[in-house]
Amino acid sequence: MWWAKKKQEYPNFWNTYTELFTKKQELNLNLSETTFTVLDTETTGFNFSDDRILSIGALKLVKNAIAIDRVFDVYVEQDIYKKESIKIHGILKHTKRKLISEQEALIKFLAYVEDNIIVAHHAKFDITMINRALRRNNLPELKNKVLDTSTLYKKTLLRSNLLKQKDAYSLDELAEKYNISMKDRHTALGDAYITAVAFLKILTKLKEKKAISLKWLLKQAT
Amino acid sequence: MKNIISERVADFLKNFPPFNMIPKKELQNLAEQVTIVYHEKNSLVFAKDESPHANFYIIHKGAVALKKIVDDETMDICDEGDIFGLRPLIANENYQLEARAYEESILYGIPIDFFKPYARNNHRISNFLLESFASNTRNPYSKENKGKLLGSSSIEDKANLELSDLQPIRYSKKLIACDQDMPVKEVAILMSKNNVGSILVVKDELPIGIITDKDFRNHIVSGEFPITTPASNVMSSPVVTYSKNMTITQAQMAMMKSSISHICLTQDGTVNTKAVGILSKHDVMVSLGNNPAVLVKAIKRAKKYKRIKAIRKSVMQLLQGYLDNNIPMGLTAKIISELNDACIKKTIELSLQKMETPPPVKFAWLAIGSQGRSEQLLHTDQDNAIIFDDVSDDKLPTVTNYFLKLAKHVTKGLNTIGYEYCPAEMMASNPKWCLSLQEWKNLVSHWIINPGADEVLMSSIFFDYTVSYGDKAIVNELTEHIFFNTKKYPIFYVHLAHGALQNPSPTGFFRQFLVEQDGENKDFFDIKRRALMPLADAARVLTLYHSIKSISNTWERYEKLAELEPPNAELYLSCSYAMKALLKFRTRQGLLHHDSGRYIALDQLTKEEKMKLKRTFKTIKEIQELISNRFKVANLLG
Repeated sequence: MWWAKKKQEYPNFWNTYTELFTKKQELNLNLSETTFTVLDTETTGFNFSDDRILSIGALKLVKNAIAIDRVFDVYVEQDIYKKESIKIHGILKHTKRKLISEQEALIKFLAYVEDNIIVAHHAKFDITMINRALRRNNLPELKNKVLDTSTLYKKTLLRSNLLKQKDAYSLDELAEKYNISMKDRHTALGDAYITAVAFLKILTKLKEKKAISLKWLLKQAT
Repeated sequence: MKNIISERVADFLKNFPPFNMIPKKELQNLAEQVTIVYHEKNSLVFAKDESPHANFYIIHKGAVALKKIVDDETMDICDEGDIFGLRPLIANENYQLEARAYEESILYGIPIDFFKPYARNNHRISNFLLESFASNTRNPYSKENKGKLLGSSSIEDKANLELSDLQPIRYSKKLIACDQDMPVKEVAILMSKNNVGSILVVKDELPIGIITDKDFRNHIVSGEFPITTPASNVMSSPVVTYSKNMTITQAQMAMMKSSISHICLTQDGTVNTKAVGILSKHDVMVSLGNNPAVLVKAIKRAKKYKRIKAIRKSVMQLLQGYLDNNIPMGLTAKIISELNDACIKKTIELSLQKMETPPPVKFAWLAIGSQGRSEQLLHTDQDNAIIFDDVSDDKLPTVTNYFLKLAKHVTKGLNTIGYEYCPAEMMASNPKWCLSLQEWKNLVSHWIINPGADEVLMSSIFFDYTVSYGDKAIVNELTEHIFFNTKKYPIFYVHLAHGALQNPSPTGFFRQFLVEQDGENKDFFDIKRRALMPLADAARVLTLYHSIKSISNTWERYEKLAELEPPNAELYLSCSYAMKALLKFRTRQGLLHHDSGRYIALDQLTKEEKMKLKRTFKTIKEIQELISNRFKVANLLG
């Protein structure tokens, strides 16, 4: 019976995380007052069921500013390693970096992200990767609201039948367009930084066109 | 915790003083404490009298203007690698200047608490900070603060505190003066003999007035006084005097503040001491190196895009000077476009050097849109295209690739020197706009033969091209082709004329200004779309109709049209005038608000300015009626 279904017990760190969402989020907040967590993950590949997260990099964006001593940068111990992807992210199995377990990484991440709006490039990929990791650890999905720089970027472009828009724009294309140095590309935190700068520039461009609110941004998600 | 971002920051900091004086390892630690701050163009970093931030700033990207608020005097523009906001380091008091992002900027905030020990323990660092502080505030007297910095004692004397802008102004010491009873005729002769535009009127060696060329026009030629009248009748009095030790910046500000073009320099800066020289606006401009010839030379010598960017800042100052001096807009536009062209040319040359091989065939770089019409005085978007000589089909892909690669370098270079990328991708780096002569011919034929809304829009942007660089013969061939085709398919004129009438009207039914309804520019008047474009569009149709070659500037087109159609000469000339007036308007607004000047805040205009604007609207209406009738646009709607 549904009423008899026992409420599943979750660990404390998860409850602490979800409690942040009980109060209704104020979406009419001034954009500059909102705290964003900009993140990127490096993974062993692109398959949601087989591949695993190797590192999560994230930073907090408050009032257009990033405090470097508050960034998030973890490397995850995984059994799965693939040669092909090492070429991209350069994370070796026996890296000198301190590795932590997937569960520990999730605990740390949830404590970091809180109820912030998440910003990522091709966000769906990173969010799904994290959600799968949560599922492996018997936890529900992330509750945060998400903004995707790849869809927001498209809103900055002119719409004209003369101008064919691509379906997707890579982070490289954004970095080139906005003159952001591509140093540290393909490290989670490096990409998170590029994403954050691109995100700020996108907001500026959008503001030139119309008055934007957080609500409006979230509506553009699809 | 050391991480990739802090490494990135440390890597940047190590190139700039004072951070280059800090050991690498400690710099790493410092970098971990940095806050990265993004600022939109024109946004405030800190206001005057704001309580001190926990950080001072180094500019990673962009530029920040430091301003005194009282008279809106810009004290300094800080660039990449410059530090500012040092006051909290020096003294525990509120900011005295306002800092505002002059461009979109990324700043690194350096925590003052964390940084203080370095400043205290390292004399080289504390010296550097004091000098920077002095140069930010342009205040040579902050030398007095020396030795007070953070309680550190005895700092050895620094001779190189003298900054170039702080240098006393150079003025001609050969002072031409007359006394107040001299008849103006003799005054004029004296001035001509000495080849000066102004003369000082003195009494007992003290300055009591000044006479400039303008006074002769206003008081003598106008018939107000005979040429025998004494100097005292026409002179401007009292004289604005300053100390001979004033700096270039001070002189500039003084002239702007009292809207005068001449300043009298005296021993101690008051009217009660001996005059030692006259300083004119011209002298100031020369001192700043802001004259077109000097700038062209500098552009030609540039070896890096970044250098051109710096020169373009001087070009903007020159433009401001011209506008202030009411130099005719036609001439101003010509000189500034010429300088802008020189910048573009140089950028292309630098890009060509980056290519491994010279161009495989002849090519031309075209400026299109407003740049093509030489109506681009402020930094705006880049619109350009490449046309290259025909090659055999098998070679076409490689040749196209070569030019695309070149175009990528050029557009990136132009972006660096201050031209935004075109949001509509109307750039030579777009494969659609990097074509061989034959491909261009096919494309324009297609536009002319199938004039749908999009084709007409394309034509209206593209048909205003001018050659910025390269081979003119290829371009001429394309022009001939366009004329030939438009003659063959006259229906194209009708469509183009129809397109030209699509711009929204500047005024509503009650002759009120129509303003934008939405977005950041809500309630602003869009001078480009509602006033400049209609004139430019109409000129284009008529020019094509008359097959007028190689005139792409709008007012020059109207002047030519006036020649060709005497019955309509009056209207065309008033269009030409209106265009110049509007452009001047836009440029003034743009310089004032440091943007493209496209959107105008009506409530900030004087009644007179509004009247001026409205007068041009009448002309716009008339020219629109003319093309509507001539090309029978109404038939298209039926």
